[in-house]
Amino acid sequence: MTGFVKRLFSESTLIPVVSILIGLILGAVIMLAGHYNPFLAYGSLFAKAFGDMYNFGETIRQITPYIFTGLAVAFAFRTGLFNIGAEGQFIMGAVAAACVGVLLDAPWFLHVPLALAASALAGGLWGSIVGYLKAARGVHEVITTIMLNWIALHAANYIVRTALLEKGMARSKYIQESAWLSSPGLSELFDHARIHYGVLIALALSVLFYYVLWKTRQGYELRAVGFNPDASEYAGINVKSTFVKTMFISGLFAGVGGACEVMGVFHYQTINAAFPGYGLMGIAVALIGRNTAVGVVLGAVLIGVLTYGASGMKFGAGVPEELIHVVIALVIFFVAAGGMVELLIRRFRKKNGTVH
Amino acid sequence: MQMTIWRRRSWMAIIAAVFALTFVLAGCGKSDNNQNNGGQPPETQGGQQNEQTETGSNETSGGEEKQYYVVMVTDVGGVNDNSFNQSAWEGLQQFESEYGAKVDYLQSQSDADYVPNLNQFVKNGADLTWGIGFLMGDAVKQVADQNPDAKLAIIDQVVDAPNVASVTFKEHEGSYLVGVVAGLMTKTNKIGFVGGMEIPVIKRFEAGFTAGVKAVNPDANVIINYTGAFDAPDQGKAAAATLYNDGADIIFHAAGATGDGVFNEGIERKKAGGDVWVIGVDKDQSITFGHDITLTSMMKRVDQAVVQVSADLVNGRFQPGLTELGLAENGVGLPENNPNVPEDVLKQVDEYAQKIVSGEIVVPSE
Amino acid sequence: MPNEFAVEMKGIAKRFPGIVANDDIHLQVRKGEIHALLGENGAGKTTLMNILFGLYQPDEGEIRIHGQTVKITDPKKAIDLGIGMIHQHFMLVEPYTVLQNIILGAEPRRGVMISYKKALARIGELSDKYGLHVDPHRTIREISVGMQQRVEILKTLYRGADILIFDEPTAVLTPQEIQELMAIMRKLADEGKTIILITHKLKEIMAIADRVTIIRRGRVVDSLPVRDTTAEELAAKMVGRNVSFVIEKKEAQPGETILEIDNLTAFDDRGCQALRGLSLEVRSGEILGIAGVEGNGQRELIEVLTGLRKASSGEIRLRGRAVQNESPRRIAEAKVGYIPEDRQKRGLVLDFCVGENLVLKNYYAPPFCKRGLLRYDEIFGHAAGLIGEYDIRTPDEKTPARALSGGNQQKVIVAREVACEPDLLIATQPTRGLDVGAIEFIHRKLIEQRDKGKAVLLYSLELDEILNLSDRIAVMYEGRIVGILDPRKTNEQEIGLLMSGGHKGEREETA
Repeated sequence: MTGFVKRLFSESTLIPVVSILIGLILGAVIMLAGHYNPFLAYGSLFAKAFGDMYNFGETIRQITPYIFTGLAVAFAFRTGLFNIGAEGQFIMGAVAAACVGVLLDAPWFLHVPLALAASALAGGLWGSIVGYLKAARGVHEVITTIMLNWIALHAANYIVRTALLEKGMARSKYIQESAWLSSPGLSELFDHARIHYGVLIALALSVLFYYVLWKTRQGYELRAVGFNPDASEYAGINVKSTFVKTMFISGLFAGVGGACEVMGVFHYQTINAAFPGYGLMGIAVALIGRNTAVGVVLGAVLIGVLTYGASGMKFGAGVPEELIHVVIALVIFFVAAGGMVELLIRRFRKKNGTVH
Repeated sequence: MQMTIWRRRSWMAIIAAVFALTFVLAGCGKSDNNQNNGGQPPETQGGQQNEQTETGSNETSGGEEKQYYVVMVTDVGGVNDNSFNQSAWEGLQQFESEYGAKVDYLQSQSDADYVPNLNQFVKNGADLTWGIGFLMGDAVKQVADQNPDAKLAIIDQVVDAPNVASVTFKEHEGSYLVGVVAGLMTKTNKIGFVGGMEIPVIKRFEAGFTAGVKAVNPDANVIINYTGAFDAPDQGKAAAATLYNDGADIIFHAAGATGDGVFNEGIERKKAGGDVWVIGVDKDQSITFGHDITLTSMMKRVDQAVVQVSADLVNGRFQPGLTELGLAENGVGLPENNPNVPEDVLKQVDEYAQKIVSGEIVVPSE
Repeated sequence: MPNEFAVEMKGIAKRFPGIVANDDIHLQVRKGEIHALLGENGAGKTTLMNILFGLYQPDEGEIRIHGQTVKITDPKKAIDLGIGMIHQHFMLVEPYTVLQNIILGAEPRRGVMISYKKALARIGELSDKYGLHVDPHRTIREISVGMQQRVEILKTLYRGADILIFDEPTAVLTPQEIQELMAIMRKLADEGKTIILITHKLKEIMAIADRVTIIRRGRVVDSLPVRDTTAEELAAKMVGRNVSFVIEKKEAQPGETILEIDNLTAFDDRGCQALRGLSLEVRSGEILGIAGVEGNGQRELIEVLTGLRKASSGEIRLRGRAVQNESPRRIAEAKVGYIPEDRQKRGLVLDFCVGENLVLKNYYAPPFCKRGLLRYDEIFGHAAGLIGEYDIRTPDEKTPARALSGGNQQKVIVAREVACEPDLLIATQPTRGLDVGAIEFIHRKLIEQRDKGKAVLLYSLELDEILNLSDRIAVMYEGRIVGILDPRKTNEQEIGLLMSGGHKGEREETA
């Protein structure tokens, strides 16, 4: 446990923390330049995110999918794979859950697990296509994931349109109530917010993420492949099948995330004109979370609070919502450029050392 | 090992710098804070500040009367979408100046935002909250059910709730008229239609348009192309290129910002000497894209609908339920000026319009 | 007379938290001499040269170049002062030509265009003067390692260097290339260039250096003219105790045949035939050394043996069982241990801790893994044992392998492979880049394995190592074994003749 804690608070946690601070501060500078009051703006942002039970519940609702996609991206990162495709895996998971939810009749204790399992399988298989193409054909995963995202988007729309469509609407029929992950009681507690049990699944998967990665043979293998595929091959690890397995698990995380949106938030699957964006945000979450389980959860909380609170900022301080995307972008920039910041500082120190 | 040690050291420096910066900025911010608002919690402050400025500007017209607070939530297109969101916001602004009301909007970043954004206004006591667009139907329904005392309104979708006014348009009627224009003016007898998503609203455009073309030119062929998105000009451009290549000389689009790409492709071909036209949608798009390429537009007066329903609220005539705006109600139609359409064609358009209003022609909606 | 010293470093100290890398170091290098800097890995000689090249700033001390006190703030400043460094790992852009590499960053320009003509003339001048012959129009990929090194030297000369630092320059070269490099260095010195040679190879120092400064644990032990000393004396000064050069070993007791290779063929990465019907036997209780010029199929042979490369035909039998084209894991489970050539690339996961690296081959088997779960207490217990047994210098078993010195990293690999109790131990370049102490240790371990009745297959580019350790020597040329020699009855000349059945340059042309 101490090792775990140590890993948490090692220097690698400092980079995101500092980057977040820099991002928020620079965001404040931009607000000042636009004659907005940054304190009022951030105050309204946090007031919106945590101000009352309704908004608090909605904030958690917003955070939940980011945990799933963050885990998906982080898991693939651990094997050295850049999974841009969490978006597509998310969509495939969502549509699988919608199919099971709409077309199947079952008591809830079967229906919910079945829908989740279907989404896990759909997301996982969608991910493993990427792993397979990488292993068997050497196609770079960035290319395949981006292409599969589009295929997923349109395939899901096709499925909804042909098999699940509610007449006259751009969405599927409502899923059976037995497949809901939300409950009136829970919503009531949060003043009708659409918080749902998916957040518990997300946290459970975070624990699983940590456990698989650090405690199991599989985790050892995929971390080894991530750090050094040559040495892993030498050690007898089947690198190619590790790619496929990793992408399956990665896609599984994203797929269950998609299911939770359908089963918890909307209770239907819309025909998406564009990507919902959870998968792409997952990259940011994983980056901020440094690919650790706890980091991903915290990163998701950050991104979730910022994006959900953004409208509060507009409402309370008149600051355009878009500005929060600038702040998020700055945070990501500084996390990604952690090494660059470090270099700058070192250079600065060196120069100072030689001036007489 | 040496590297990690270095790293740790430089981090100390970064943290120090950040703390320094924080204090500097905190200093600036504090004075600012004191000047503007005296120590109240931020949220109420914000609301109040807003209210103050609004009342200030409307003091002359406001008087003793209740100031109405009418607001809207956009769908993911955002308030500057060159389409119905923008049109609705223009309507609200017109309403603001005519009635001295307080207006505001929130933009939705994703479809999960619809409900909290509506709630944000409803819970802050908006007198009327608009949901703009077909896609917000479920969200408006949910918020209306949970807040039976609030009043809501929606454009392009029918929401069955006792406190919601639904406004839809007979797009097929207006589209029929631009179909007449296209059918009479095509030289190739091939006419294109570019749709956004394949949803009932857009289907009405397509159905009316096709019927209009066939009514005046049975030989003409309407080629249908749905891009699947309202926010993808690149796809619109590609779709237009395909249609023009297939021999179409007029394209009617009902695709929001995707249609911008249709216009751009048309402008490029026109410059290269091509004899092509585009028929705009929702607003008079010749204002944006010019008369060189815009043949005419199928106007859908979302702005007028917003003004009208909002005014009903002020005048105590707010009616929950469905309002359908067609040619008869001036909810759809061609712009006043159509310099590119010959007089005789416009005359025929007028004749068809009268037949539709009188009920002699019933335009199919799907 | 102007100052006779090209480089003077006085009282240089450099401390990293917890380590004193350089402690009051004095170094004087005369103009036009070849000055060797001798020390074990981690002794501080590279840190010192990095200070001279502007990569680090000293905490204390001063540097004089040609008598002038200078502050060397960064490598650019060093280059301006006429200092050039030839790194152990070349800094070349592979798809670029030799010419483009040499002028990279210092291109002669005519307007916005690069004037290749001017550059070519200048390079021609330099290569004639110092005997550095290269074809400026071939790409780096196409030329041999020795040639690449010449490009590096030309690069520094092109930038006007007159003080050249060579960091372990012979580590990657064949015996012939080493000879050629020595001649070049001599010529450079004769033409007035000052050369600092970082090395731990005593033989090279004795052959070429004028003076030698010995560094141990960050301090200068001695500085003396090479003609006044012997290799044994230098070794003792470097290590701090007497070192024996003669490897003591008992007579080999060869037993049953462990490995049989029969008519093996395989292709290299470019699809050329690398192995052309190779046959070989290794028996228990013997060390079979493979000698050969780099690029004659040795690497491919080892990779096929360990399952990392597919054989196109032929058979490999371990104790009579055919294992060719089985997976690396199956082969390892057939009791084959393998010390890879590139320990950082193949042998270790540098970001894993020492404990995790020590089970890289058997993490999946009990007691380290049960029902899919790793048992870290067992893994770390196992690690602690091996760290003690093999004297691996590491703070603890949870330290990342990256933080260890090269010698200790190699010890981790050897410990891991030997701990698996293999019947056949394949060692490729096991002492490459290591210091004397570590080399001695590795050699002892290999002989120990032989004496325990294991079969050892040794592949090294160091002929001395092959001659000293092997019980039989197989010479490899163009993918075949061209001769099996008895090390007691042969010499470097005979082996060299067999090795050089063809010339490297020609081979590449046909490839």
